[in-house]
Amino acid sequence: MIANYGYKDGSGEYYISIDTDKCTSCTAGRACLTGCPKGMFEIITDDYDDEVAAVKQSFRRTLAFDCTGCKPAGGYTSLPCSTACTPGAIKHSW
Amino acid sequence: MTAGEKKEYWRWQENCWIDESKNWRDAKIITAGIDVGSVSSQAVICVDGELYGFNSMRTGNNSPDSATNAINGVLEKSGMKLEDVTYVIGTGYGRVNVPFAHKAITEIACHARGANYMGGNTIRTILDMGGQDCKAIHCDEKGKVTNFLMNDKCAAGTGRGMEVIADLMQIPIAELGPRSFEVDEEPEAVSSTCVVFAKSEALGLLKAGYSKNKVIAAYCQAMAERVVSLIERIGVENDFFITGGIAKNPGVVKRIEKLLGTKAAETKYDSQIAGALGAALFGYTLMQKQGASAKAA
Repeated sequence: MIANYGYKDGSGEYYISIDTDKCTSCTAGRACLTGCPKGMFEIITDDYDDEVAAVKQSFRRTLAFDCTGCKPAGGYTSLPCSTACTPGAIKHSW
Repeated sequence: MTAGEKKEYWRWQENCWIDESKNWRDAKIITAGIDVGSVSSQAVICVDGELYGFNSMRTGNNSPDSATNAINGVLEKSGMKLEDVTYVIGTGYGRVNVPFAHKAITEIACHARGANYMGGNTIRTILDMGGQDCKAIHCDEKGKVTNFLMNDKCAAGTGRGMEVIADLMQIPIAELGPRSFEVDEEPEAVSSTCVVFAKSEALGLLKAGYSKNKVIAAYCQAMAERVVSLIERIGVENDFFITGGIAKNPGVVKRIEKLLGTKAAETKYDSQIAGALGAALFGYTLMQKQGASAKAA
């Protein structure tokens, strides 16, 4: 399942997509939990009883601001969350 | 209505229905789904995996009371007691506050499951236009979610937004859709990023000489454009189905169909019950797996 967390507002679209099929057999040791400097990810049991990564509820409406520090302007050349997730489950829409 | 009493143009019709052709006393497994949304609450009862009855009403200021009122409506109409229901699943915004629920499941999974029942197993794309959020969902032939996206940051493109416009125009909400077609030419959409801006713009258009119908058409178009941009992010695969209260507004539905270039599947069921129905069906599947032994508990 592709889970898109985020929103669209007057300033643009801000979604973090997680391919949860890659989470069920995570080979990265749940690196998303520590890869994000803000600790935005958590492991939940989804509606189909799989343990998958998700963006914490408290961050879902503020992604444009919360992720700013990890974008090129913040000195990063690649996103820490996407880099940490070696199976390639995490993507940003912006 | 007495003088000075304010008419509630936004108030949509609450609905309670049971299938008189079925006898719940013959059922092996009775399950219920309770969808406590931000604007409306629904209770659905399924007997042996088939829809038996539902109650759809406005959510109050207290989720547990809203859930209780919703289920009581359909229980009273059917002569059933809560103890007769084998398993209850809560869903929606207030899903964790359903006092008699055995389990909570997100409305995303429940809407997909409900749409699969209501529109058939060919449904692949679902647009749920809820009271205060909007969801685009992809599912497989079993109604299992494969991709989803939601927007709950503002009320634009939601049922609450339409209620605001009904009040502003002083036209009953059920008439907005048909009246939006009573225009000579289709107007430009109003602002679709914010209900407050849309309301201000609608007032400006009225002052500029637009008829009420033309303003409603502009708002319906704005709502359609907003949700279409959301659904296009995950892609539209036929069959396409719309759930939620806005599915009853032809002014929005027809415009969405035009923008997407596809027709929404029709159903004989009330589009607002999809979430609660999906929850009840999840309960049925769970009980089948457990051999219905939880009835006593």
